Amino acid sequence: MREKVIKILKEIIPDFEVNENINFIEQGMLDSFDVVNLVTALDNEFNISIDGMDILPENFTNIDSILYLLSKNGVQP
Amino acid sequence: MNLTFHDKKISGILTILPAKEIKFEDEMENYNFSAAKSLKLKMAMGYNMHRIVEDGVTISDLCIHGLNYLVTNGLLVKDGIDALILVTQSPEYFMPPTSNFIQGKLGLKQDMICMDINQGCAGFEVGLFQAFMLLEQDEINKVVLLNADLLSQKVSKRDRNSNPLIGDGASVTIVEKSKEPNTIYANIKMDGTAFDALIIPAGGFKTPSTRITAEMIEDAAGNFRSLDNLVMKGDDVFNFVQREVPPMIEELLIRAGVEKQAVDYFMFHQPNKFMLNKLADKLEIPREKMPSNIVENFGNASGVTVPTAITFNLGEKLTKESFLICLAGFGVGLTWASVLMRIEQLSFNTIIEY
Repeated sequence: MREKVIKILKEIIPDFEVNENINFIEQGMLDSFDVVNLVTALDNEFNISIDGMDILPENFTNIDSILYLLSKNGVQP
Repeated sequence: MNLTFHDKKISGILTILPAKEIKFEDEMENYNFSAAKSLKLKMAMGYNMHRIVEDGVTISDLCIHGLNYLVTNGLLVKDGIDALILVTQSPEYFMPPTSNFIQGKLGLKQDMICMDINQGCAGFEVGLFQAFMLLEQDEINKVVLLNADLLSQKVSKRDRNSNPLIGDGASVTIVEKSKEPNTIYANIKMDGTAFDALIIPAGGFKTPSTRITAEMIEDAAGNFRSLDNLVMKGDDVFNFVQREVPPMIEELLIRAGVEKQAVDYFMFHQPNKFMLNKLADKLEIPREKMPSNIVENFGNASGVTVPTAITFNLGEKLTKESFLICLAGFGVGLTWASVLMRIEQLSFNTIIEY
């Protein structure tokens, strides 16, 4: 699942680099429109619909927060 | 606040859209985005093209064009209009009310009520509430509800948050007393503490427009706009809609004693496809029951999106058939409102161009 998320992030952010110490939102790597594209891609990839109430910046700060969001929305690790 | 109305009906809906169509790709270079990112966003949000008025065209032009169309085609008799409600945030003047201006231009009778209502995204529902209340009067049998807005005149062309999704348009809805007994369920809530979630900061008496308010300033996200332009806190509005609208609809249906499956269509305000799809999923409503194709075809003209969704998606079908429809609007104010009513066998349900 982590590899799939990284692949999607690389598609959305061309210069994306895996770095556990970076906060995607605070560092400006993901803006709100990137989040829309990311949610759409995750919904399609995992055949889910991430709850609209969960589309908050704090759920997209790093790969682990995205993985947690996916598990919360029913994706099995 | 829960509302209930009895023995009222909608008898016709007409949408008036500018003939001028602008494609998303034609405006992409205005935005501070890579082309690739813009195109991805286009897909996710449902941006495609929008209808924009030519320079100098105002809401009264659209409304009068629509009303004259109905009169000319024998669908409306001028003397039969007992009240003219105009819901807009693009008035011709601060004073007088634009509804009075339209009444005068059309040569309507003096023995009637004209009123302007300042509402936006929930303007169709708020206008219906007012129409239903006026129809409680013995002397009022037919109300013409006008919804009209020109968002293209308010939004900066270099504001990628708002410009791709907005549109211009107007609608005419005829609201009358129903001879068949019925009950219309509705609700509305407001939160003025978030008045600045969607706002045009300058141009009113609090902050009059000046050369300074007209200066274009770049925000943190790379949008250029002035204080004379509409500014939207997109994230806040999105979260407000996802938080407040699903429980509002659930409460409405429970109060009406109607199962979701029994509702034929959910005609909601259309900020963008992404937001509507998330609402449909949250409410566990099939997406085909909640059309989300107005922004991509015409743009979001505020309170005009719901009547446009009805005319565009149901068209002539609604002149012959009967549907239980849930209407909802949400946005500026903040205001959120919904209505559950049967709409059937309309005299007209169509779109014309200006």
